[in-house]
Amino acid sequence: MKHTLTPQRYLILLAVILTASFGDVLLSHGMSQVGSVSIHNLGLLFTALKNPWVISGIVLLLGFFASYLTALSWADLTFVLPSTSFSYVIVALLSHFWLHEYVSPYRWLGILMIVCGVGFVANGPSLTEHPLPVSEPQ
Amino acid sequence: MTSAGPIETWTTILTVAATAVAGDVLTAGAMRRIGDLDEIRAQSGLPGAIRAVVSSRMFLLGVFSMALSFFSLLFTLSNVDVSLAAPASASLTFIGNAAAAKFFLHENVDRRRWIAALFVCAGVALLAH
Repeated sequence: MKHTLTPQRYLILLAVILTASFGDVLLSHGMSQVGSVSIHNLGLLFTALKNPWVISGIVLLLGFFASYLTALSWADLTFVLPSTSFSYVIVALLSHFWLHEYVSPYRWLGILMIVCGVGFVANGPSLTEHPLPVSEPQ
Repeated sequence: MTSAGPIETWTTILTVAATAVAGDVLTAGAMRRIGDLDEIRAQSGLPGAIRAVVSSRMFLLGVFSMALSFFSLLFTLSNVDVSLAAPASASLTFIGNAAAAKFFLHENVDRRRWIAALFVCAGVALLAH
């Protein structure tokens, strides 16, 4: 039996991708406002917890963990990880267009390779079918 | 910034990757044992689904491994450049997960999935440049 996903389950994978990438970018944006944390001023981490961007990032990353676990409950790890690695692409695009970071040609090539990797698994079966143990003949 | 020698550098990076693989495989194994969360939520609501997850020892062990991986990454970053440590550990984690999922979770890691893991691994390494 070939396991294909329902539209609702594709939405869960999309939620994994979007919450991971937007969560990371919001945390990064918030931490750039908070400033550099070193071993000598760890108290700054508590200040960071008052930053709305950091709070939004944490909420999104909690959402990421919930949707990631949901996906793992009906799909293989080797299906979920490559499919959701598309979040690396979203992070690169967001950092280029929103945070105005420089994205080098090597990075664009890396993004292209990740997209190819996602394409390889996206059409395959999502779950390994384990046959039920065969009972011993009487 | 890299102040560690090659042996220390790669030992810490391998530790990050190994604990990350352990975390991923243990949580994935726990979720497979618990069953379809959508069905559990339909039967016993969101609190029931959360209870099913957090009462699994395998899941808690997975989260513990993930926490170990996070702290070993922090330790690695204090000695090794982030442009080497982050993509190297992420790429090794991808390959390690494919192998561990095949051996421990008995997933059917066919050629398609190996190629996907290798493409993503190379792509992540290129993102560092």
